[in-house]
Amino acid sequence: MGDPLVIGGREIGSRLIMGTGGAANLSVLERALVASGTALTTVAMRRLDAGGGPGVLALLERLGIEALPNTAGCRTAAEAVLTARLAREALGTDLVKLEVIADDRTLLPDPIELLDAAEQLVDDGFTVLPYTNDDPVLASKLADAGCAAVMPLGSPIGTGLGIRNPHNIEMIVAASPVPVVLDAGIGTASEAAQAMELGCDAVLLATAVTRASDPEAMATAMRLAVESGRLARGAGRIPRRWWAQASSPAVEQDRQDRPST
Amino acid sequence: MTVLVNGVVTEVAPDATLADVLAAHGVPDRGVAVALAGEVVPRTAWASTRLRDGAVLEVLTAVQGG
Repeated sequence: MGDPLVIGGREIGSRLIMGTGGAANLSVLERALVASGTALTTVAMRRLDAGGGPGVLALLERLGIEALPNTAGCRTAAEAVLTARLAREALGTDLVKLEVIADDRTLLPDPIELLDAAEQLVDDGFTVLPYTNDDPVLASKLADAGCAAVMPLGSPIGTGLGIRNPHNIEMIVAASPVPVVLDAGIGTASEAAQAMELGCDAVLLATAVTRASDPEAMATAMRLAVESGRLARGAGRIPRRWWAQASSPAVEQDRQDRPST
Repeated sequence: MTVLVNGVVTEVAPDATLADVLAAHGVPDRGVAVALAGEVVPRTAWASTRLRDGAVLEVLTAVQGG
């Protein structure tokens, strides 16, 4: 398409960024990734002997999908910075989805640690994509720190609650000098389309697809929704009106079959 | 002497290098990264990095997630 997503100077071939968490097995994941049309997909960094699906890197390589390592599970800036550096060494990429989580119940970002980690990683030459709260002020500070994109949540990770504060997302979009990626909370296709209609440049999702009854079908739905939402945003929606406005020509007022008054 | 590899106490030769320990653990030569005492050790330095008794190693790889 002639309207590519560009993050940190690199062209990403799809506006749907996928996660790999939650898929029942690699075969289901492969079908979902192919159906989604994604070009960039997250992986997590874990101890080598911890299991959790060896072979995901080989799968991404075979499908021609770029890996986006994340810092999931990190609670402090120091942990996230070390994890990002290990990911760069292991995968040979300077891309990182920066996550610094405050607690297990909400999985919401810790804004203080997040900004600290973002500054350190930008200084260290990373292309930083921070998972952030839907807070326009924090998003602005992350962009000022040199992040290549900002990735506000629609609602907490894995909840499928959709976009709880669309106005905040619009404010982030209106002010952001870097691409805005709606990350987390998407439950179904209409919400992915909504993110794009609000002006987001891309959508990142995992659970909505990997834990759907039919991941491959949901991945197709998400691909189409992101494309539809992007098109609708560019097409310019009509203004909302209070009263009806007829869409057919007005009828003549003196027709013979009407009773005269 | 002993070192800690991903939380497991491991007996190694007194003059063991990082490369020796990783080879003994069957660590693949790509897709992994190693931290020694909280700092990344680049792959190019594995063979020249000597370990001290009680060294703490973390060996990470990419898995499904996010």
